[in-house]
Amino acid sequence: MINLVWLIPLFPFFGFLITGLGFRRFPVRFSGWFASGMVLISFIFSLFIFLKLAGGAPAETLVISDWINTGNLNIPVEFLVDQLTSVMLLIVTGVGFLIHVYSIGYMHGDEGYNRYFAYMNLFVFFMLILVLGGSYTVMFIGWEGVGLCSYLLIGFWNKKHENNNAARKAFIMNRIGDLGFLMGMFLIFNTFGSLSYSIVFSKAALFLPGTTVITVITLLLFAGATGKSAQIPLLTWLPDAMAGPTPVSALIHAATMVTAGVYMVARSNILYALSPVSLSVVIAIGLSTALIAAVIALFQNDIKKVLAYSTISQLGLMFLALGVGSFAGAIFHLMTHAFFKALLFLSAGSIIHALAGEQDIRNMGGLQKKLPLTFFVFLTGALAISGIPPFSGFFSKDLILAAAFIKNPVLWGLGILVSIMTATYIFRIFWLAFKGVYRGADMNFNEIHESKGTMLTSLILLALLSAFSALPLLNHGLENNRLASFLTPVFRNSESIMSNGSQLSGGTNILLMGITFSLIILTIYLSYACFVRREKVPPPDTSLRKGFNKLVYNKFYIDQIYNKVIVDPIYKLSGFLQNSVDIKIFDRIVESVGKLVMFSGNRIRLLQTGNVGFYLFAMVICIILVLFFNLLS
Amino acid sequence: MQDMSQTISTVPIQHYVLLCTLLFVIGVAGVLIKRNALVIFMSIEIMLNSINLLLVAFSVYHHDPAGQVFVFFVMIVAAAEVAVGLALVVMVYRHTHSIDIDFLNKLKW
Repeated sequence: MINLVWLIPLFPFFGFLITGLGFRRFPVRFSGWFASGMVLISFIFSLFIFLKLAGGAPAETLVISDWINTGNLNIPVEFLVDQLTSVMLLIVTGVGFLIHVYSIGYMHGDEGYNRYFAYMNLFVFFMLILVLGGSYTVMFIGWEGVGLCSYLLIGFWNKKHENNNAARKAFIMNRIGDLGFLMGMFLIFNTFGSLSYSIVFSKAALFLPGTTVITVITLLLFAGATGKSAQIPLLTWLPDAMAGPTPVSALIHAATMVTAGVYMVARSNILYALSPVSLSVVIAIGLSTALIAAVIALFQNDIKKVLAYSTISQLGLMFLALGVGSFAGAIFHLMTHAFFKALLFLSAGSIIHALAGEQDIRNMGGLQKKLPLTFFVFLTGALAISGIPPFSGFFSKDLILAAAFIKNPVLWGLGILVSIMTATYIFRIFWLAFKGVYRGADMNFNEIHESKGTMLTSLILLALLSAFSALPLLNHGLENNRLASFLTPVFRNSESIMSNGSQLSGGTNILLMGITFSLIILTIYLSYACFVRREKVPPPDTSLRKGFNKLVYNKFYIDQIYNKVIVDPIYKLSGFLQNSVDIKIFDRIVESVGKLVMFSGNRIRLLQTGNVGFYLFAMVICIILVLFFNLLS
Repeated sequence: MQDMSQTISTVPIQHYVLLCTLLFVIGVAGVLIKRNALVIFMSIEIMLNSINLLLVAFSVYHHDPAGQVFVFFVMIVAAAEVAVGLALVVMVYRHTHSIDIDFLNKLKW
């Protein structure tokens, strides 16, 4: 069964070929269902693989075929099927399938309907390659492929210029990170002589903790992760990426692609475990990203932008978990986050769909009456992300916070701060969208109606997953949850390197949970008081802002700083190079070569007199000369 | 055949070389000086045949028949070349009513 794993990415690829190559002919009625069906088949296969591994089957490395084979460079196409892979496969295909089904309703009537599903299937294909890859090279194919699909889908409505700009920004920012990833790969090959996980990790286990080369490798790989997962300093592309269709934001920019960085670090756990410096960097970057993004999310008024910053913030939390050594916790949060963030995005999409494209929460309000089901699922997602038991987010978040507390209580405190802000921003948009009175002017309130069946079905399924997915995994004590014990074979080595033996006592754990929980409940109540009782609505864009508020509202001016510090100087340098170096030096050299040829040709062609006698004479003279020089030498 | 080789080897090799050089130079001079296309052809034939003679002579002195085989190839090629060349000369004559090569000066810069 496990050696059939190569079929899993093949189905979405097949779907991409059919809907992509025949996108003008393939009947629009079927393409959505067809594409979803392909992902569903992959999901069923992934489920079999998962059950096989859960039944105790060992991890396997499968060599599919040769790829690059020259001298001592030997890179096959290989897949690694282990516990981590199977969990990721389930998330990618499961959430992917639900989002495909949702898209059938959401994208209905769009002129690029077939194209959309072709891109989505291609994305699922590359994402599966990324998580299945048994070496850094194969992962890199998927890594670049999902970047490409992200670019294509952000700029999906490519008739609007700003969408194309957002797509390019995402692509270029990712390239910067990818450069780090590539250099990390080179260094891995240089150090270990291979890029296969099996060889690299077994050789790495022999290194002493704190070796410099491992630190450099992990830092470079982490640079790749910051690009893909939108961490500081490469975080500005993700909010802009919201230009794409909402299901795309849900699938690529919340549930799967942006978590690739987390997956990659978790996959390389042994390398990170050997480098305390890199782990501290991961903690610092993750935590500061989580804080900054959460603060920005507090003041955004575009519902999708809030969710985008929330995603960045949650990814930061996952990196915090990785940094403190709770790899299983990070994967746990990755999974629950995939469910509840996809749910939040899709229900935001349902609102946007119902309001014909309105995304500003200041123009919403009172939607509970008109969109009762969306209200309900959004509430589920909001409770899950805020961390209210028994919703899934509570357990994964608490796992991370507990691990942070063991490492350092300060990290725990900052984590709590992030959690409180999370609850604040998510309930802010929740109250503003669903309670109060309708503030929009463009639409008649009575015309607003709930979305179609396919959209609601996937919303309900995702809501169930967000709410209850963590419960079956619980097993006396959060640390020993079933997911963690399932993933033990993957993380065993690094956890034995990192663990300092300390574990939270049951009492402390419950105390910490209690503190978090009560603070979050208080936050939700305060936001209720603010936005529902007192009906506070964020001021319009034009209103005067001062001090910290202004700073945060403008997203800490990160984009502007990048423009000033990096983009503008590059433009200026390019302008200088074009005007002086290129035009004045290189163009002249190239042109003078051409002129020389023209000039000498003009002179030399006069030799061609047309007189046969002269030609014969020249020929004889030349032969004599050749013979003469031959004799001489 | 044996007699023929003996007859040839009675003459010293220097004489063959001298004769062939003379014939070759006559041929070259004819090509350079003459303006009549037919005469130029004849001069080329003289050059070719002087080489043939030299090849035969050397082949006998070296007891190597390869030189004589080569002569046959040269003769075949020369015959083919003459066939093409004369056809060209005929066509030139039909167009210009002359076989003076100085008339063929249209192809130039």
